Amino acid sequence: MRRASQWLSMGVALAAIAARPSMADDLRDLYFGEALYDAYQGQYFDALERLDAELAQHRHLDEPELDSLQHHIRQADFSVGDFELRYRMHLRAGRAIKQVLDADVEQPVKNEAAYRLARIEFQNDQPEDALQALERIQGTVPDNIKDDIEFLRANVYLALGRPADAVEVLRRLQTAQSLKGFAAYNLGIALLQADHTSEALRQLDKAGQIETRETATAAIRDKSNMVLGSVMLRTEDYAHAQLAFDRVRLEGPYSNRALLSTGWAEVSARDYQKALVPWGMLIQRDGTDAAVQEAKLALPFAYSKLRVYGRAALLYGQALDSFNKELEKVDASTRSIRAGNFLKALVREEIRQDNLWVVRLRTLPDTPETFYLTELMASNDFQTALQNYLDLEDLHRRLIAWQGGFGAYEDLIHLRRANYQPLLPQVDARFRELDAQMRLRVEQRDLLQKRLQDILTAPRPQLLATADERVALERLLKIDAALRHASGAERATWQARMQHLQGVLAWRLYTEYPERLTQAHKDLHVLNEDVRTLQEQYTAFVRARQAAVHSYEGYDQSISRLRTRVGEALEHVDTLLARQGHVIEAVAIDELNTRRKRLEAYQVQARYAVADSYDRELKEHASGGTP
Amino acid sequence: MRKHLLVVMSALLCLCVRPSPADESARAQMKGLDEQVQEVKSDVLNIAAELNQLEEKLLYPSDTHLAVFVSLAHGETLRLDAVQVQIDGQLATHYIYSFKEVDALRRGGVQRIYSGNIATGAHEIAVSVTGKLANGKDYTQTEHFPFTKEIKPKLIGVTLAGPDAPQPGIHLGDW
Repeated sequence: MRRASQWLSMGVALAAIAARPSMADDLRDLYFGEALYDAYQGQYFDALERLDAELAQHRHLDEPELDSLQHHIRQADFSVGDFELRYRMHLRAGRAIKQVLDADVEQPVKNEAAYRLARIEFQNDQPEDALQALERIQGTVPDNIKDDIEFLRANVYLALGRPADAVEVLRRLQTAQSLKGFAAYNLGIALLQADHTSEALRQLDKAGQIETRETATAAIRDKSNMVLGSVMLRTEDYAHAQLAFDRVRLEGPYSNRALLSTGWAEVSARDYQKALVPWGMLIQRDGTDAAVQEAKLALPFAYSKLRVYGRAALLYGQALDSFNKELEKVDASTRSIRAGNFLKALVREEIRQDNLWVVRLRTLPDTPETFYLTELMASNDFQTALQNYLDLEDLHRRLIAWQGGFGAYEDLIHLRRANYQPLLPQVDARFRELDAQMRLRVEQRDLLQKRLQDILTAPRPQLLATADERVALERLLKIDAALRHASGAERATWQARMQHLQGVLAWRLYTEYPERLTQAHKDLHVLNEDVRTLQEQYTAFVRARQAAVHSYEGYDQSISRLRTRVGEALEHVDTLLARQGHVIEAVAIDELNTRRKRLEAYQVQARYAVADSYDRELKEHASGGTP
Repeated sequence: MRKHLLVVMSALLCLCVRPSPADESARAQMKGLDEQVQEVKSDVLNIAAELNQLEEKLLYPSDTHLAVFVSLAHGETLRLDAVQVQIDGQLATHYIYSFKEVDALRRGGVQRIYSGNIATGAHEIAVSVTGKLANGKDYTQTEHFPFTKEIKPKLIGVTLAGPDAPQPGIHLGDW
């Protein structure tokens, strides 16, 4: 059974399609949009940090349905899983998606979750679990992932050693435009594995002639032709092998191997003259490529078969020089890796900014350690190890930055404390005075309000008298009391005058009562407005007072705890970084050793062949033959 | 990208060979390390969440917190070069965009362009945009908007669109 991780790249590719979010128009939650902004730039740590916080906040709300994230909650739940997957946190991604799957949600949502879970399981080398997840998909499946699901299913079958089932699925995918080339090629491979060789060859032939302008589809077409040609070569059908290899583009990723194989197909057909063309072309290419190195021996071999021994001896000599130089390069690369330069080259910023960084590595100056490793670096296991190393480097940088931040926070807190603490006693004392005054005024307002309320049920016009009227009324009452004890002829006159005045006042109070009551309510309303403003100012002051204290109180524990956690995490990250780096270096050196052994073997062959060719040339010359 | 990855996968289909015990051991070692790396990532993410809360509380208390977000209108082809934000006549930020950032905005991402503190009350925000239109012409636009900062944190969403958009110009949304 093949390891599922060999199909890892496919799983990630499918995730890229499924994780596509809606556009800004539909966006109702800025923080979710912010997480997407980070994710679209490949900054999955930042995206996860933002989305985790937003989801946690959403779940703690009393009424989450009123939260703006509610509009995107399904997408957000999936996005977390996707971001985790992209950030190579398969364990957490799996858990997140399982939660969706086990929740009380509609079947289409479950289907999407099941598909994503299957993808994760597949990437985790667990094709059985991936299949189990795929089997949970029932009913309606969204059109945009229908083909992707089936393509994943076919690959799971292949990983489980069930090529016949894979064939059945892949046959149905042959018209899927999004999988053009890939489904055709994979069907060919599945047929080969199912031992349907002749049908497999027909299928690969078909896949090798797909018309496309897409670079990736063209590359898979080349791959189809390579496989087809190799099988034809093994079955000694050289003409068809030749045809297949000829269809491989001269500038594609398989061009060197195609040129080499074309030459071997010609040689196998004993047409040495024709082999000279592809091999002659190939030896001009990059000398670190394994196919180019092999061609450097193959070309003089063809010349010697054509009995052109002098030319063969010359080319073997050139090959020997070239192998010596390449061996020096391999040794330099090994030394450079041992000196830690490989890891340094891998974390160079300009490389990390580029999606095709593996390809670019070789073109960078001062990176001899990478000359022989581009093929290794393109392998999935190495990529995982390398990505982990880069992620650990990133975590290391973040943790170091955070560590530096704590000192700044403490300075900030110290400055705030130094600023606010001396001011607060005076502020508080003045506040207490104003607070007492304010309470008094509010009480007075309350009393007035109550009186006006009482007047509405039991009218008392005297209560609405002006200050002058109240004074006059008081004086009249006093006069009335004095007149009660008076005697004499004028008493009655005075009493009549006093009663007249009381009557005038009472008349005024009673007749103006409705207007006065209305005015009193208006005045109370104005007063209430002033009190409200006062209360707002009061609240703002209390809040500002609290904020001042909160700006420096209560952080010590949090900072201390975080400082410890960051320190511990940094220690852990550094340990893992060293171990991961060691693994990468060991794998790289192992690869270089393999290449070294191959070059040494070529060197021996070339050395022997040079001598042999010169001997043959001399013999030919001696016997009068044409060199 | 997807196709590129599919190629790698498909290429592997016919190239895999039975791994040697040494390969298996190296692979197991890598897998073990991978799991540990995943755990440490999880730890650091948790620390980041707590640290973010602390920073927000310490640097941007809710009663003064102002955040300005930028997004592009749906389907907008404007190639954004820079955005400048002024608050009450003072420069808050001037941001120059990379290709990746413009692409992220076009795909529906929202950028937090400014986080700061501001007193409660009435204020004015001025947003200036420079960029290039699909036809290659330069595009510059500035808009002023009044806004009120209340006690709660203030989030302002700025949506940008070129002159040919259904709703051209700069639009402000309250969140």
